[in-house]
Amino acid sequence: MKVLVPVKRVLDYNLKVRVKPDGSGVDLSNLKMSINPFCEIAVEEAVRMKEGGGGHAAGAAKEVVAVSIGPEQAQETLRNALAIGADRGILVKADGDVEPLAVAKILKGVADAEKPDLIILGKQAIDDDASATGQMLAALLGWPQATFASKVVLGDGKATVTREVDGGLQTIDIELPAIVTTDLRLNEPRYASLPNIMKAKKKPIDVKAPADYGVDTTPRLKVIKTAEPAKRQGGAKVKSAAELVGKLKEAGVL
Amino acid sequence: MAVLVVAEHDNASVKDATNKVVSAAKAMGGDVDVLVAGANAGAAAQAAAKIAGVRKVLHADGATLAKQMAEPLEALIVPLMANYDAVLFPASTTGKNAAPRVAAKLDVMQESNVIGVEGADTFVRPIYAGNAIVTVKDEQAKKVLTVQPTAFKAAGDGGSAAVETIAAPAGPFKSAFVGEEMAKSDRPELTAAKRVVSGGRALGSSEEFNKVLEPLADKLGAAVGASRAAVDAGYAPNDYQVGQTGKVVAPELYVAVGISGAIQHLAGMKDSKVIVAINKDEDAPIFQIADYGLVADYKTAVPELMDELNKAGV
Repeated sequence: MKVLVPVKRVLDYNLKVRVKPDGSGVDLSNLKMSINPFCEIAVEEAVRMKEGGGGHAAGAAKEVVAVSIGPEQAQETLRNALAIGADRGILVKADGDVEPLAVAKILKGVADAEKPDLIILGKQAIDDDASATGQMLAALLGWPQATFASKVVLGDGKATVTREVDGGLQTIDIELPAIVTTDLRLNEPRYASLPNIMKAKKKPIDVKAPADYGVDTTPRLKVIKTAEPAKRQGGAKVKSAAELVGKLKEAGVL
Repeated sequence: MAVLVVAEHDNASVKDATNKVVSAAKAMGGDVDVLVAGANAGAAAQAAAKIAGVRKVLHADGATLAKQMAEPLEALIVPLMANYDAVLFPASTTGKNAAPRVAAKLDVMQESNVIGVEGADTFVRPIYAGNAIVTVKDEQAKKVLTVQPTAFKAAGDGGSAAVETIAAPAGPFKSAFVGEEMAKSDRPELTAAKRVVSGGRALGSSEEFNKVLEPLADKLGAAVGASRAAVDAGYAPNDYQVGQTGKVVAPELYVAVGISGAIQHLAGMKDSKVIVAINKDEDAPIFQIADYGLVADYKTAVPELMDELNKAGV
């Protein structure tokens, strides 16, 4: 089985987001960028399918291919995936914002060329929070999907996936080839070891362009303003539980 | 202009989220229809017809729609879009699962988690866990949105829309429902609750989490939530998670117990009307947004709070 894992380069999740004073966007200059945490979980799951672990038999996946769509520096994100254990990478070089729809179209092109049995993606990227790419890709390919996965069990020509849904857990069967998007509890990604980081530097990365897949990445949506969220007026303290209950009564919420 | 709202429902009734998304649709102008896709969902369709301002309810009923899975919803909704300019889904796990499939099939870029509607083609949505708010112009011929229900007031009842039956997609589909484990609770649902009591990593274990928070939630008639840190540590189920990667809530009263207030958590609760924070670390960021902060160890503060609530006759 071949597994394709798309990964996105995003602002490191530990860093504070700053809106540019002129409202033209978010200031990312000189800030640390990292692999999107949900994408990292996706790479880990795919690598476990290859190496064994997390309920997967070793060798269930024969090859794990990581793909990233982004600027030249997205190479680093791919190296990150390769250090976790992906076999090779594909960088589709595109500068500027690429919307999920265009990403899904490019990934469809990659999938048509690579013919994976399974594509595992993060359920959302922590920059645009859109939570759309995996589902869009599934629709474009005409494949079934299991989003928000907390458990994946591979079977014969199918996967049984437990999904985190409102109110609890849902388990579904999906015929392969299929799309899975990862939720937080699917696994805990490893820290890549130094030898594996060194090894990752030697793994091949193919460089492509959106045009190779016939995709126009011009955004469909026009962002006309980016603003800081309204500041909440907080900060008042109470000294005791008794005072707190008094205040809540005054506020009319008890 | 005509807007289709995909109802959030459990076949027996429509959830409040539907009424809220109807309000978002009305703000776009034009006619608003509601789609109830389910199995034996006649009662839900009737309930949707009573929402004020709804022109028509489309009721698709069949076994393929029993669990409102993404593939059959896509097959159902894409052809309907010949008659609509926009389709709005609640940003629930059901809506988030299906909406992008519909968008991709229509060759449309979707807008996710919309929190504001400024006319027919201009929408407001959070990015970076709500640390930035973008206003977006969408001039595509068809529009696909997921809407954050908590950002809109629920449309009231009093409508009497006609219910039109439409065919459910026949299938077969490549995904099949196997089973589900739904949390059984008499408490209100987290995203719809008027009061929420949430716990963080400071609670230290799942036993402690339940022991401390459940009596307080019962006393207040509140839903129980958790920070991502508490969920990651295994103290609470993921379904409790409030924040960027979990649920967005906006109750009248939000009580944060032992939650430090990471930005990812604040993204999910900062629109609550009144926020109470109980934390022994006086520098915890949660205090900056709390209306009432109590710097105290939850181990003593929560029992005292229970006593005071009892005294106050709550």
